Amino acid sequence: MLRYTLNRLLLMIPTLLGVAVLVFFMLRIVPGDVVEVKLRGDGGSVSQETIEMERRRLGLDKPLIVQFKDWMVGLATLDFGKSMWTDRPVMEEIATRLELSLEVAILATLVAVLIAIPLGTLAALFRDTWIDYLMRIITIGGLSIPSFWFGMLIMITLLALFNWLPPITFTPIYVDPVANLTQLIWPAIAVGYRYCAVTARMIRSSLLEVFSEDYIRTARAKGVYEKLVVRRHALRNALLPAITVIGLEFAFLIGGLVVTEQVFNLNGIGKLFVQSVSRNDFTLIQGMVMLIAAFYVLVNLVVDLLYAVFDPRIRYD
Amino acid sequence: MTDAPITIDVPAAAAAAESMSAPHPLVDFCRQQPLGMASFVMIFVMMFAGIFSEWVSPHNPLDIDFASILAPPSWEHWCGTDAYGRDIFSRIIYGARTALVIGFTSSFVGSTLGAILGVASAYFGGRIDDWIQRVIDVLLAFPIIVLALVVVAALKAGIVFGIDVNLIIAIAIPILPRVARVVRAAALSIRVMPYVDAARAAGYSNTRIIFRHMAPNVVAPYLIMFTAFIAQAILAEASLSFLGLGVTEPTPAWGLMLSGNASDFFREAPWMIFFPGLAISLAVFAFNLFGDALRDWLDPRFKV
Repeated sequence: MLRYTLNRLLLMIPTLLGVAVLVFFMLRIVPGDVVEVKLRGDGGSVSQETIEMERRRLGLDKPLIVQFKDWMVGLATLDFGKSMWTDRPVMEEIATRLELSLEVAILATLVAVLIAIPLGTLAALFRDTWIDYLMRIITIGGLSIPSFWFGMLIMITLLALFNWLPPITFTPIYVDPVANLTQLIWPAIAVGYRYCAVTARMIRSSLLEVFSEDYIRTARAKGVYEKLVVRRHALRNALLPAITVIGLEFAFLIGGLVVTEQVFNLNGIGKLFVQSVSRNDFTLIQGMVMLIAAFYVLVNLVVDLLYAVFDPRIRYD
Repeated sequence: MTDAPITIDVPAAAAAAESMSAPHPLVDFCRQQPLGMASFVMIFVMMFAGIFSEWVSPHNPLDIDFASILAPPSWEHWCGTDAYGRDIFSRIIYGARTALVIGFTSSFVGSTLGAILGVASAYFGGRIDDWIQRVIDVLLAFPIIVLALVVVAALKAGIVFGIDVNLIIAIAIPILPRVARVVRAAALSIRVMPYVDAARAAGYSNTRIIFRHMAPNVVAPYLIMFTAFIAQAILAEASLSFLGLGVTEPTPAWGLMLSGNASDFFREAPWMIFFPGLAISLAVFAFNLFGDALRDWLDPRFKV
């Protein structure tokens, strides 16, 4: 198991290297960089010399290969460089916003999984009845309704009912748990709806598959209560494939956060990402892309390891 | 002695009876997939609105009318007006055109290139397959919207005939690896078929085998992925436009209608938020449902 884990961690390196090459050169194929946005963004006239000077300061005048080499040397020592826009270290920019986004992601996961398990189970148990159809509509709704619009609807409702508006500043959970949760639960629900839908669909289909297994028939034949059959025999086995979906969707929550943080005025990594894209802040984009990819690969590994933990039949040797 | 012709006749007769009673595929689809048919009607309405916007919409979507700023829904303005007094209903109708053009083309480009890559990867196998799969692994490490944003950052806007081609590329690129994965899996099982060996033995070129012998057999997963990703592409376009990095003003686009001053006015004019979002949701819903139905109808094995 340890050997397997180490092996997988080593295999991360070529994938991440690929990500690095891809994002680095993709950002630089078309002319245009942060300096133009920064100095000419408002239409002001700035002399060519000032621009050249700024480029030189940021190292954008060096040949691509040299720039890439510099970046890679930094990466090897976990130095992501400085943001080209703010001049603050990329790691610092990300770290200050990570707590908020991570908390929204965890809340979203909790909400989604807690709703998805009963929803998926009911749909499987009452297959092809109105319950199943209702669940199908709810889940396809989750796949269709954009999280940012859902977030806006939540805000309009809260505004109408409680005259509540999202606070401008973020309150950490250890400072004031109530204020923190009332602030973050709504964006969590907004991004969690899709997550919940995907998970519920997976649970439904894997439960239906498990129900046709021999051991379920055996359990029923020996007179086990149906409740126990579902809870102990079927659900436990059906949740295994759901773990994959839960893990991958968790790794991909950043996709929802990118837009939802904008709606709720949260200063998280999603918003930072959009900002860095609209500012052409290459170093920041690169740093965030590397982290998102690394996180995805790691979550994948954790999911595979969890499989072995939950299912004794699976061993990685 | 007379047994032999009868036993041969039975399957032939059954086949004949089947072909006589077999309904048209479209009728069969509607009968088997009522939800699919309903979603097809929704898609049809949307396409109609998108194609004939000039005739269907009651107002010009770009007409600014300061006399009726932020007017609530009425007979004159079914969905109200926005902060410039523009008719929201008309903007939604024209927005259908934007959503469909970008949704269709980006899903088509992404799915088609992805399918070709998937089939080629399966056909060549070995080292080429390994390399292609590594690249696909890299591309799959990102959510659609994040990868699209990176491409937007790289390419900026490139307007050709009033359509942002780079936006289409930005949405097509994240679709490509997802389709390639699924199509490759389907193509792997076709690669070992005797007729592929036969074609190779006959000396046909790789291109010919890939396009003439293998590609037609992965049409089912391709079509399923293509429809499913139209929904994703519409959603991605709406998200990018909402972030101000997709379609730009004054072009009517659903995501764009939700951004900018829409969020400033939602207290006084919630209809500015409600209707465009509903349009996005219904469109994505229809394509998702249609994709699902198409999958169940064509082949339940290919789950997206």
